[in-house]
Amino acid sequence: MTTVMARSEVDAPRATESAGSPDLVQLIDPEGHRTPGSPFSELVADIGPEELRSLYRDLVVVRRIDAEATALQRQGQLGLWAPLLGQEAAQVGSARALQPDDFAFTSYREHGVAYCRGVEPTMMMRFWRGSTQSGWDPYAFGVTTPAIVVGSQALHAAGYAMGIQHDGANSAAIAYFGDGATSEGDLSEAFCFAASFQAPVVFFCQNNQWAISEPVRLQAHLSIARRGEGFGVPGIRVDGNDVLAVYAVTRYALARAYDGEGPTLIEAVTFRMGPHTTSDDPTRYRAPAEEDAWKAKDPLARVRALLQAEGLLDDPYLRQVEAAADETASALRAGCLSTVEPLAMTLFEEVYAEPHPLIAEERQQYTEYLAGLEEVL
Amino acid sequence: MATMALGRAINAGLRCAMERDPKVVLMGEDIGKLGGVFRVTEGLQKDFGEHRVIDTPLAESGIIGTAVGLAIRGYRPVCEIQFDGFAYPAFDQIVSQVAKLHNRTKGAVIMPVTIRIPYGGGIGAVEHHSESPEAYFAHTAGLRVVTCSNAADGHLMIQQAIASDDPVIFLEPKRRYWEKGEVDEEASLGSTPMYGARIVKEGTEVTIATYGPLVATALAAAHTAAEEGVSLEVIDLRSLSPIDFDCLATSVGKTGRLVVAHEASVFLGLGAEIAARISERCFFSLEAPVLRVGGFSVPYPPAKLEQYFLPDADRILDAVDRSLAT
Repeated sequence: MTTVMARSEVDAPRATESAGSPDLVQLIDPEGHRTPGSPFSELVADIGPEELRSLYRDLVVVRRIDAEATALQRQGQLGLWAPLLGQEAAQVGSARALQPDDFAFTSYREHGVAYCRGVEPTMMMRFWRGSTQSGWDPYAFGVTTPAIVVGSQALHAAGYAMGIQHDGANSAAIAYFGDGATSEGDLSEAFCFAASFQAPVVFFCQNNQWAISEPVRLQAHLSIARRGEGFGVPGIRVDGNDVLAVYAVTRYALARAYDGEGPTLIEAVTFRMGPHTTSDDPTRYRAPAEEDAWKAKDPLARVRALLQAEGLLDDPYLRQVEAAADETASALRAGCLSTVEPLAMTLFEEVYAEPHPLIAEERQQYTEYLAGLEEVL
Repeated sequence: MATMALGRAINAGLRCAMERDPKVVLMGEDIGKLGGVFRVTEGLQKDFGEHRVIDTPLAESGIIGTAVGLAIRGYRPVCEIQFDGFAYPAFDQIVSQVAKLHNRTKGAVIMPVTIRIPYGGGIGAVEHHSESPEAYFAHTAGLRVVTCSNAADGHLMIQQAIASDDPVIFLEPKRRYWEKGEVDEEASLGSTPMYGARIVKEGTEVTIATYGPLVATALAAAHTAAEEGVSLEVIDLRSLSPIDFDCLATSVGKTGRLVVAHEASVFLGLGAEIAARISERCFFSLEAPVLRVGGFSVPYPPAKLEQYFLPDADRILDAVDRSLAT
């Protein structure tokens, strides 16, 4: 990708940082109007009607994946699910900006990122069902499987980016994490390594306001976008519920990475509309009024309004979108229900890449033990 | 054959590994221009460049975490943790990421990461510079843990560790860095397996199982015992996870007595696992309970006290006496 605008133009909005929190980049307001005047709009000038419709389609499909998975958890088919409701634009906008050679290191709520990278939702279900620790081959899609220790993956992204640099390749790594993870030491160390080596990495924080029950003000005294400054990682604060703005700032950060200008931190300001996971009860720690306020900033509604205003929301298209969501949901449900659970002896597989006598011994003993049980029966 | 000190032998082994595979990169604090605080990486940055011998920020989790990313990218990182006591800030990345990623991804990702840690006491150092953390790592599925006791093993085993597709915790007995030995620089990687204990002195009455810094101590004890007419068999475990129990069981089948010695605290140390397994396997050959000699259950003491903390030849011989008295 080429940079479609001079760096100096986008430095302007961030220059106000010293006066307070960085400006929020926004290209579509919550009512669905294009926000004029942002230098970032040029970065998505090529997003025409079809691309905009395709973005909306992904937002709807991703929301549907989330709803279906939540239902599957309630029906006992998944052990747990981490809903992304409300964060669709942050995930779709950023992941759609990635190139095939880029590599995404995600946390555990990035179902939308995985979807945009081509991961079949059934593969995601199998992780949350407890049938596997992963679900897919990271190399096949350029996206890792979920990282549960929050922040740990930021260092992996920084290291991978150092590898890209050594290879002389023209690609980037992107690390996804939440506001809670920014308090982890691994994030600070990742900023430090990425800045010191000017590694081609994008740090993408979805600030969804809540780390389980802890509000973001407990993690960050200043805006998260400023967290990287001291390390030399410039920050951009973007409306995370604005798919176009997220797309634009991610392109901007990726272009910096491709051009050898080092890491960028993006703070996508969004909101976790649902619980932390299906085991969580947000009514214990946050007020309904806060949820209502964020409902008015819904990431899907504003794109729908924009499509409407621009005459792109005809019935055949809406039926297509609905059909795509239905098809995805029914496929993932069928895939989940038809999971063939792993056999006992797979416990001993791929613990080590090379032969290991203790594993071999335990495998043999357990095989004999199970065979003994069968004889008793 | 060449005569070189252990530290120098590991340096030569690192050089061989880097020449063999361009994906091998060294990472750590002060390993470049300075050559490492023990000079184990001396000269390597000059010869291989800053992109392959990387001076990192002072952040152990960062070193291991970025090594994970480099490994995912297809590199073969060799990380130096400057001292044993500094491994703990990297503990999460080692235990939760390095050890588990291959299994987590059903084999799609390999983690050929070597983590070099100078370990053990006896150099009169300040706190956190003399510890023996091997049990933490040996307890973790997915890691291999090895340690060298002499220059020849240092030279060969570091190359084997780097060539392994599994992550290897490579423990270097820092007080033996300057001890010289014969090194066959032409030895092929397959000449002696990395996994496999070695009988360093044959004997008939009591088996001493040990590793790393205490191999030389056990050999000294064996010489003293021999002067008193007692024959000790000394085994250098070399690999601490997995452990070569076949070698140990064969030896104990012969001697009927086993003393395990390590610098780490006895409680839940490697000696505990060895005692349990050998009791299972050699119950009818044992003439005495398996005895353990090691550090006390106290934090590693200040330098002026370490001579009392560290097992020496006399404490090993005391255990031999107790075993023979049973």
